[in-house]
Parts: sequence; C-alpha cells; structure tokens
Amino acid sequence: MARTTSSDAQALFHSLRSAYTSTPTSLKIIDLYVCFAVFTAIIQVVYMAVVGSFPFNSFLSGVLSCVGTAVLAVCLRIQVNKENKEFKDLAPERAFADFVLCNLVLHLVIMNFLG
Amino acid sequence: MAVTKTEPINGSTTKSSAPPLPSMPLKSDLLSILSLKSLRLKTKQQELLIRVSILCLVYVLAFITRLFSVLRYESMIHEFDPYFNYRTTLFLTQKGFYEFWNWFDSESWYPLGRIIGGTLYPGLMVTAAMMYWGLRFLRFAVHIREVCVLTAPFFASNTTLVAYFFGKEIWDTGAGLVAAVLIAICPGYISRSVAGSYDNEGVAIFALLLTFYLFVKAVNTGSLAWGLASAFGYFYMVSAWGGYVFIINLIPLYVLALLITGRYSMRLYVAYNCMYVLGMLLAMQIRFVGFQHVQSGEHMAAMGVFFLMQVFYFLDWVKHLLNDKKLFEAFLRITVTCAVGVGSIALGVGTASGYISPWSGRFYSLLDPTYAKDHIPIIASVSEHQPTAWSSFMFDFHILLFLFPAGLYFCFKRLSDATIFIVMYGLTSMYFAGVMVRLILVATPAVCLISAIAVSATIKNLTMLLRTKSKVSQTGSTKGTGGGKTSSKAMLDQSQPFQRNGAIALLFGAFYLLSRYAIHCTWVTSEAYSSPSIVLAARGAHGNRVIFDDYREAYYWLRQNTPPDAKVMSWWDYGYQITAMGNRTVIVDNNTWNNTHIATVGRAMSSYEDEAYEIMRSLDVDYVLVVFGGVTGYSSDDINKFLWMVRIGGGVFPVIKEPDYLVNGEYRVDKGAAPKMLNCLMIWNSDLVTSYPHQNHNDLRTYKSIWMYKLSYYRFGELMTEYGKPPGYDRARGVEIGNKDIKLEHLEEAFTTSNWIVRIYKVKPPNNRW
Repeated sequence: MARTTSSDAQALFHSLRSAYTSTPTSLKIIDLYVCFAVFTAIIQVVYMAVVGSFPFNSFLSGVLSCVGTAVLAVCLRIQVNKENKEFKDLAPERAFADFVLCNLVLHLVIMNFLG
Repeated sequence: MAVTKTEPINGSTTKSSAPPLPSMPLKSDLLSILSLKSLRLKTKQQELLIRVSILCLVYVLAFITRLFSVLRYESMIHEFDPYFNYRTTLFLTQKGFYEFWNWFDSESWYPLGRIIGGTLYPGLMVTAAMMYWGLRFLRFAVHIREVCVLTAPFFASNTTLVAYFFGKEIWDTGAGLVAAVLIAICPGYISRSVAGSYDNEGVAIFALLLTFYLFVKAVNTGSLAWGLASAFGYFYMVSAWGGYVFIINLIPLYVLALLITGRYSMRLYVAYNCMYVLGMLLAMQIRFVGFQHVQSGEHMAAMGVFFLMQVFYFLDWVKHLLNDKKLFEAFLRITVTCAVGVGSIALGVGTASGYISPWSGRFYSLLDPTYAKDHIPIIASVSEHQPTAWSSFMFDFHILLFLFPAGLYFCFKRLSDATIFIVMYGLTSMYFAGVMVRLILVATPAVCLISAIAVSATIKNLTMLLRTKSKVSQTGSTKGTGGGKTSSKAMLDQSQPFQRNGAIALLFGAFYLLSRYAIHCTWVTSEAYSSPSIVLAARGAHGNRVIFDDYREAYYWLRQNTPPDAKVMSWWDYGYQITAMGNRTVIVDNNTWNNTHIATVGRAMSSYEDEAYEIMRSLDVDYVLVVFGGVTGYSSDDINKFLWMVRIGGGVFPVIKEPDYLVNGEYRVDKGAAPKMLNCLMIWNSDLVTSYPHQNHNDLRTYKSIWMYKLSYYRFGELMTEYGKPPGYDRARGVEIGNKDIKLEHLEEAFTTSNWIVRIYKVKPPNNRW
C-alpha cells in the first residue's frame, strides 16, 4: 500500500514537472511571484505563532498584503493565460492595468492599517 | 450600455456626412438616404430617449413619494435612532472628523459614557456631512437638518438607478426599468426611507444593492476592476450598517452553491477573491468592525470559502496540467484530505482557544426565531424584531408577493450565474424577512428585481404574441430578438383562435394589477409610513386633525428648565431623543450595549418606590421621564412596555419576577391588577380603576403601586378623560385605573405636557435625618 502511494506520488511529480515545463515564461514569472508572496505570508504566520500577535493590525496587514498580492497575481495569471477561453476578449494590457490598480488600493489601505 | 455607445457614433456620422454636399441633385439623392438612415436611427434614439426619460421620472418619483411626511408635518427628524444620527452628524459638521472619530460622549450611559467614534457605523453621518459641505461649497445655505431629512429619499432615488442596472445585468433592459419603477415605490423600502427617517438603512440599502450589482458584474465579466468596485461598495456598506453581515455570508454561500453545482469558473475566482481580500481589508478600517472579519464566527464562512476557492483553483490547475484522470484522482485524494484536515483543525483550535468568537445572539436569533425570546429579552422587546405577520408581507409587497414565485420560475428557466445570484438573494432574504419584521427591508430589492423579471418577461411575451399576428399581414421589418419571434410565430400558428384576445385580456389584467400596486403604494406611504412618531396626529371628534406635540414640548422643557448637568432617567427608548433634543445626560439609550445598566433601570421602574429611590440615588438621577398615553389613547407608552422592563430587569436581577405583575397570566392595570403592579414606580401615576370586576379591591389599597405605575398614573384619578366614563379612565387600555389615590414620597411632579403624554418628575433630595 505504502509502496503504491509513494510510486504514485513519484509518477505524479514527474508528470507534473514535465507538464509544467511547457508553460510560457511570463506565466512562470508570475508563478514565482506568487510562490514568493505565499512563502512570505507563511513566514509571518510562523513568526506570529512564535512571538505572539500583539500588534494585531500590523500582523494582519503584513499577512494580508502577502495574501492579497498572491491572489491578485493569480487573477492576473488567469487573465493573461492564452489557454483560458473565458478571457479571450480581455487584453493583457487591460488585465495588467486592473492588477496595478488593485495592488495600489491594497497597499494604500495596508499603509493606513499598519499603524 | 451598448446602445449608449452606438448612439454617438451614429450621430457623428450623420453630422460629418452632412456638410460636404454642394450640388443639388446629389443632395436630394443623399437626403433620401439620410432621411431613411436617420429614421432608422430614430427608432433606436427613441428607445434610448424613452428609457432615459423613464429613468429620470422614476428618479424623481422615488424622491417625491417620500416627501409626504414633510408635507404633512414638517421637515424634521423621525423616531428614535435618527435623533442620535442627527446629533452625531451635527457634531461632525461642527467639530470636524477627528473630533468626531475620537468623541467620548459623557451625556449618555451615565456614569459609564460611550465612546461614540468606536461604537457606531459612520457611513451615514459622513455621507450627510459630505453632502452638507458640498452644498455649502456651492454656496447653498442649507441647514444640516434639511440635508439629514432628505438623505434617505436621495439615496432611495439612487437605489432605483442601481436597480435598473442590476436588472439589466441579470435579465434585460426591460426588466431593469420595471425593477427601477417597482423599487421606487415599494412600501417595504419606503418604510425606512421617507424624508426625515435619517437612519442607517436609508443609505445601507443603496450600498447593499450596489455591492451585489457590482459583484454580479464582476462575476459576469471576470474583471479585477469590477471586483475592486464591489469591494468599495462593500466598504461603504460596512461603514453604514451592521447588515453587512448578510453580504459577507450571502456571497460565500452563492460561491459555494456555484462550486457544488459545477458552475465554477475563472471569472468567479477573480471576482470573489478580489472582492473578499480587498473588501475585508477595507472593512477593517471601520473601527466598530475592526478585526471581526478574522475573529468572529459570523465571518468565518467567507474565509472558509476563500480557502476552498484556492484549493479548487489549485486542483483545477493541476488537473489541467496532468491530463490524466487516474493520476489526478490520486492527487485529489491527498490534497482534499490534507485541506479538510488542516481546515477543521484550524477552526477547532481557533474556537477552542477563544480566538474565534462564537456566533452572537443577534445572529442566532436570525437563524432561530425563538432564540431571542428565550435568551435575549432586549432584542425580543423591540417591535421591529418580531416575526413577521402575513398581513405585513401583504402590506409591504402587495402584488410583488404573487409575482415573486413567477419571477423565480423565469429565473430557473433561464439559469445563469446572475440569475442564480438573484434567486439565492431572494430566497435567503425572504427567510430572514419572515424571522424579523425589519428585515423585510433587505428582502425588498430582491423581491422587486425578481418580480420585475416576471412582469417584464410576461408582458414581453404577450406583446410579442400581439405584434407577430399583426406582422403576419405586413411581413414588416423584424429586428432584434428574431429567434424569439419566430418561435412565437410558430407557436401562434398551431395555437387556439382566442389566443390573441387572451393576450389582450392578460395585458389589461397586468396593467390593472400594476396600477393597483401604484395606488396601494401611494396610499401606504401617505397613511402608514409618513408619520414621524415624535409628533402624533389623530382625528378629532369632527374629523379634524389633532396634533400632539408633547414629546418636543417635554424635551424643550428639559432643555430650558433643568440644570445643564441634570441626569434624566427614562426607559431606553427615549434616551436618544432626550440627549439630542433635551441636551441632557441620560442613564440608558437606544444603543443597548450594556444590558446590566438597562436592567438596573428596568428594576427601578418595576420596584416599590423606596427601592426605586435607592437605585435612583445610586445612579445620580435628577429627573425621571415617563411616557403615558392614558389621556390621549396613545398605546405605545411605558405602561404597555412595562412587561419588557420587568423581563429585562428580571433577566439580570432575579428579584424581579414576571408573575408578580400578572393576574392569572394576564397583564392589567385596573383594580384587578396584580398588587405589586399597583405599587410599582411606573404605575404610580395612576390610581387606575378598572371597569373590570373588582376582586381584590380592598387588598389593593394596602399595596403601594410599583413605581412605573405610580409615575404614569399620578393624579390621573382626578382627570376626566372621556365623557361618560369615570375619572381616571385610561383610554389607551380602555379601563378605569385601579389605584386612584397615588401619593409620591420621594419624587415630585415637575412637568406634564399638555396632553399628558410625557410626564417628568424631579427626584427629591433625601430627607433630613433630624
């Protein structure tokens, strides 16, 4: 049983990796950005667990900044991905402008909240 | 939107082609073409013109139908809560935003005080102040009261516009127009937005509908910009009203329903995530809401769905990458187990450690209508928190009540993401409307929209039947919705001969119903919902209108005849009005944040005078204000609220027991009243004698009245209220009071208004010990 699951996992990993190599570079960059944001969020949560959450608004704004960035980047990734038929008539420039606008709002609010 | 876009283009082409026409023969040739062209344009333009003018008329109609109260009475603030809003707005415009934000109010909840800036939804006040400043900037010398009075009608007008766009988004322009008309005059909405009803709901319904509209738009387009817009709509809603909890639960529920029914799409992902993250962050800027979005149980559903969405997206992406069913299933098993495990552990730890607060009582009372009655008397005591009666549904919705199911049918027939949303909004809000009367307000936009779909779709079908028949002879220009027409034509061919007449009859029926609706709405608005309730009106014996302005009389008396630091004790209903109009400190007010404090006042009102005096001394009370309707027949006075005082007091102080105030489970104030009743503070005012059989007539004499009784009925026994009835006949309850000879020991009557509605007593200093 354990063997089959581990071999399953291995096969899974391999096929995922081979499938992923064919992704366009621009999307890969976004993926990296998302991973970085999620990683930063995880670091903050761990730090909070270790040290305590005293200035709670600061903690929240830190984590939400990361989460928001990641989520918005995923949205951008969805919108600029050529394979998504739903967004065929949305120009990548427009998608990027929306992305920048949302990030602007996000970080302005976070600056206010950081306190 | 599409039409407005094409219009200018067409207009400019005609204009640009018109000038270069030098020669005559060419001109005539071109003219014919142009006239043809402009004719064709004209139908489109006409359509636009008609639509815009209808919208303008509806915009004006929604405003002026709410002005009955100003015409009947005067431009004044209504009811209870609006007085607090008015007072805070006044403060905001006088002292500025920072003072307002950091305001500690020592005039209410004496001796505790209240931090106003951190315990209110500032949206309404800031909106009104902005409008005031804007008008001032444009050199309109308006008074802030006028702005406050007209805020709700103005936002009702804006709501009709939002309803139009929403209807257009979920169905078509016709449905949008009908929705705008329906919502403009729907009594369910008017009840909270007449001129003078300066309450949070006035702007909140606009914000609610705007948020929903923008969210549906975001789901339909999958654009981040619309998601951002809906986040801002949500922010405005959070700043305006506690009802935002409905949004933050309905939208996740909707997303979940789409996920379960397999309608998940990338557009949904973009819309929800953008709206949730930004909306949550923006909402945290409101101090009263603060960290609730990550801490309270009511907001956890949204967060859960947010994470679920990420998992779903991730799975979808992996599935897309793998292209292999078997492998994906293995992957699915692993991830789903992990995700569910982590999620439930996090929730369990959060709840157990008290980090995530449990659901609040108000929320429980929404889900379970009987909860408040058993656990939170202070919520159950408010009449607008009672379960809704059928008649009030009929009263507030009229024909919409029948059109609602029909609209649901049409929505199900043409299922899309948008119609699913409106169906879910309609059904959930209808449930809540059944639980609490005041939530009819939340259901109203949904009911109007769904009914508008029914009306629009029905009328469209019927007119199409009529027009295809006439066009069979003409075979004229068929334009737009060709598919629908041909199908109806085909249907017509094999239909009964009377179909056309039937369609005409049905159309007339529909117009009759709609006109009845308009009449009903106007009647309800003018008769039922335009009363300010601070000024009472009644019909005199000769059919003339009698105005009772006792409340304001009493508050002005307080303002002018009592020391500025006097503390006034009254039941919490009148707290806001006393601080706003009387400018005096109150013990409790309508912001019922401290139940114990209210229960203390309830206890004072329902105990004997000596005990009551002790409590009042400990609270530093200088004046006691009692509302009494026995002379005028005004039924919502303190005697009728008295049992709630007993219940709320008894909830904290078990000394007070409800059965002590009842006789055979009945509440009465006459001679047959419970002995304790006749002596309690509230009732002292009345030596109420009854027209009921006197049972304990002599026993009664031995008891002193409860305070509330005494205060209400003091010296009432000397008064002839109605011809042919004994003195001390209480017209509000239709009985003769049971204790006519009331003596007050520690209080003295300070002021009684002309119609006895408000009675104010001064608390005497303690007697000398020697």
